[in-house]
Amino acid sequence: MNDQTLTPEERVANLKGMGSSRKRVEDVRFTQGKGNYVDDIKMDGMLFGAFVRSPYAHARVVSVNKEAALAIPGVVAVLTAEDLAPLGLHWMPTLAGDKQMVLADGKVLFQGQEVAYVVAENRYIAADAAELVEVDYEELPVLTNPFEALKSDVVLREDLAGQTEGAHGPRKHHNHIFTWEQGDKDATEAVLSQADVVAEEMVYYHRTHPCPLETCGCVASMDKVTGKLTLYGTFQAPHAIRTVVSLISGLAEHNIRVISPDIGGGFGNKVGAYAGYVCSVVASIVTGQPVKWVENRMENLMSTAFARDYWMQGKIAATKDGKITGLWCHTTADHGGFDACADPTKFPAGFMNICTGSYDIPTAYLAVDGVYTNKAPGGVAYRCSFRVTEAAYFIERMIEVLAIKLNMDAAELRRINFIRKDQFPYQSALGWEYDSGDYHTAWDKALKAVDYEGLRAEQAQRVEDFKAGKTRKLLGIGLTHFTEIVGAGPVKNCDILGLGMFDSCEIRIHPTGSAIARLGTISQGQGHATTFAQIIASEIGLPADDITLEEGDTDTAPYGLGTYGSRSTPVAGAATAMAARKIRAKAQMIAAYLLEVHDNDVEWDVDRFAVKGAPERFKTMKEIAFAAYNQAIPGLEPGLEAVSYYDPPNMTYPFGAYICVMEIDVDTGEWDVRQFYALDDCGTRINPMIIEGQVHGGVTEALAIAMGQEIAYDEMGNVKTATLMDFFLPTAWETPNYTTDHTVTPSPHHPIGAKGVGESPNVGGVPAFSNAVHDAFRPFGLVQSHMPHDHWRIWKIANGLGMHG
Amino acid sequence: MSKMHVKLTVNGKQVEGLAEPRTLLIHFLREDLKITGPHIGCETSHCGACTVDIDGKSVKSCTTFVAQVNGADIATVEGLTNDDGSLGVLQEMFREHHGLQCGFCTPGMITRAHRLLQENPNPTEEDIRFGMSGNLCRCTGYQNIVKAIAASADMLNAQKEAAE
Repeated sequence: MNDQTLTPEERVANLKGMGSSRKRVEDVRFTQGKGNYVDDIKMDGMLFGAFVRSPYAHARVVSVNKEAALAIPGVVAVLTAEDLAPLGLHWMPTLAGDKQMVLADGKVLFQGQEVAYVVAENRYIAADAAELVEVDYEELPVLTNPFEALKSDVVLREDLAGQTEGAHGPRKHHNHIFTWEQGDKDATEAVLSQADVVAEEMVYYHRTHPCPLETCGCVASMDKVTGKLTLYGTFQAPHAIRTVVSLISGLAEHNIRVISPDIGGGFGNKVGAYAGYVCSVVASIVTGQPVKWVENRMENLMSTAFARDYWMQGKIAATKDGKITGLWCHTTADHGGFDACADPTKFPAGFMNICTGSYDIPTAYLAVDGVYTNKAPGGVAYRCSFRVTEAAYFIERMIEVLAIKLNMDAAELRRINFIRKDQFPYQSALGWEYDSGDYHTAWDKALKAVDYEGLRAEQAQRVEDFKAGKTRKLLGIGLTHFTEIVGAGPVKNCDILGLGMFDSCEIRIHPTGSAIARLGTISQGQGHATTFAQIIASEIGLPADDITLEEGDTDTAPYGLGTYGSRSTPVAGAATAMAARKIRAKAQMIAAYLLEVHDNDVEWDVDRFAVKGAPERFKTMKEIAFAAYNQAIPGLEPGLEAVSYYDPPNMTYPFGAYICVMEIDVDTGEWDVRQFYALDDCGTRINPMIIEGQVHGGVTEALAIAMGQEIAYDEMGNVKTATLMDFFLPTAWETPNYTTDHTVTPSPHHPIGAKGVGESPNVGGVPAFSNAVHDAFRPFGLVQSHMPHDHWRIWKIANGLGMHG
Repeated sequence: MSKMHVKLTVNGKQVEGLAEPRTLLIHFLREDLKITGPHIGCETSHCGACTVDIDGKSVKSCTTFVAQVNGADIATVEGLTNDDGSLGVLQEMFREHHGLQCGFCTPGMITRAHRLLQENPNPTEEDIRFGMSGNLCRCTGYQNIVKAIAASADMLNAQKEAAE
């Protein structure tokens, strides 16, 4: 057996474990078109559902006439709120403690709201019938501005009339949802009043949408014989969906099987529970046939899960030489018609209180007011851990604004305010304990990599040339140092609908030394089947290629809270390592028995236990696996498997330094990203190839958001950006190449030191692009301009600064 | 609605069926022929997830009626696998260079890249970026897709040279 001839290094390489750029196992089927996404599911007798949606942003629904629709051959049913009301399913609870109409109950609150649900034999008939459902509306005044909504006499949520207490405390106005305060208000105001310098600015992070290439959808299949409901769908949290379906439908949870098949991107869009799921379940129960619902792109952009829409008023105080002394922030959060924000229960504004960023700010205060408007509900974390993106954008803009006020270099201002390496674990003024970091090292490495001094000299020359009429192009240098907070989260303070945010892994070793592992998470492109097998390979010494990984089937996978907020590696990845260690602990006892020595006399060596001091006497994990199933070992049960439910002791805090160099045409507003450098520190790196891929993709999503992507409404509440004609998704043509780099500061509390990386590039990317635009115009007097920085808005900046002659 | 008789060649096989005049090609492929590689991402010709090859051209099948292409020779990503079942060059290079994540855009990407390399066997990076700009990806940021296509071009050219 060549186990005796291979060097330890060769044995490590054979495992393809942690640190290896292992090729993805998923790709063999995806590249052949053999993925299995929800719309690929076909079942005998399957019906199709389609929604009738409101053309108005605010209106009474006077009547709904189904007759013409029902007259079409092939139409099975048309459901309205009246049909759902006897089942108590015309409203559903939201993740944020609010409730939301499944189908319009007397009124509509946003354009695209679900009014009726048509069930038909195929999707063409369903679409025809939806056109023929006649709805009479009576228009009501529309509120699309949250500041006006808080002053208006117009009551959006009449169902909450007289309810002065919301899910998160008192409501101040009939369109107010909650106020959330963190930090020390009085102390912060005292610091502001005594500071050498205070910079103040309104930072708006506009409304946008995750827009995964696959829209949301499901297939509900009720088996009337067994009483069991199987629900396939684009669910980022299949177990939570099972519990929610059980709670709202009254079906026993053991009679519900939720399956997330392959998911074509999620980015937060597929966390929530949508009307389409509820209606499909009801339709399948009523008809006894499977019912498929898949939204089209327009429905996706108009109705499911917007992101951001935060108005962040900021004040930042500093000494005259640039040491920050205090930060104040008041955020007005536009939540749309229902509060369907996807945040842990105790955090109605998510982790917005990470808004002190990478800086040692001794005193801070944050208040967030949530407001109802006539826009779609949502507020999901679009490639972001619960409003971290908003927080990072806020602080990274405020730093730039302060640098202008102080007439300082923004890189130097960051450097003198970073939390120092020796301050970790660091207690932030807004309540977090940052686990680890080394910001100065990352920052210096980044500045050196791009030749920051050289870039500034080039920029100064460019300004001279512009003023001399030699060029019409400006150069912007966008700096960002972000700190993420991911891996939600500790059960003591993180839950969604009362479900603690632990996660899980179960590993079964087969007699011949291969294995299957199942997790409570679900991949949407992150490559879990590849990377989680790598963790197990390194922990127990079986090759990753011999480990199957399964997720997304609630009948087989252990309970977990799913994949979003960069939580899979920090939480389920930790559970995976812990389950593997339980297996190794039992394997040690088996090995000792087989080698006829005491348990403590064997030691782990890559893929085997060897007798201490006698490495030629060993049992490989493969041999141990077989013994677990064929030997009667005194005091040990047969078999070799383990399960771990991991409750993280703290969040993890990945960080990074991003620098964007951008050319801007003053006359056309066109931009061109000349260089983008991304340094990420995500702790221990499991698969460098996948990490780099995540960074490329996340920065590209950030490019979209910063430079043009938005969900825009007109004053009537019409969505102006509901197709991919108007909603900006960058193509290969606009997208630059990225240079990736890294430092490694392992998380001290995570079993393998990993921190998560999927969302860092979006969190860091948006301020890097936005700061580049601002930086280009800084020499000409620009302080703050709202995203997205599309060509028109950039042209307007130049025009406003008198640069068009 | 009355149905019409449709005959196509798909991935080298003769197929036929009945379809309403309004039936979109993507639905005929996916629902009737059970060829689910091409996906629906936008219904407006923007995203390219539905890209198929029709008579030697890249076409977005979500805005094409099957009636328009009666008699056509169509290839989808399923037809780009080698005869022995192994991954074709583009499929292998997308895997090798991590040119995909969620996999939803991948069938359209690979089918378009297949045609691009027929049109231009020696593309520059700029040629690839321009030639692929009708196909959107939300996961990869394109960098590794561009790499995968460039590597495929090299490999296909080397194979051609070796065969000559």
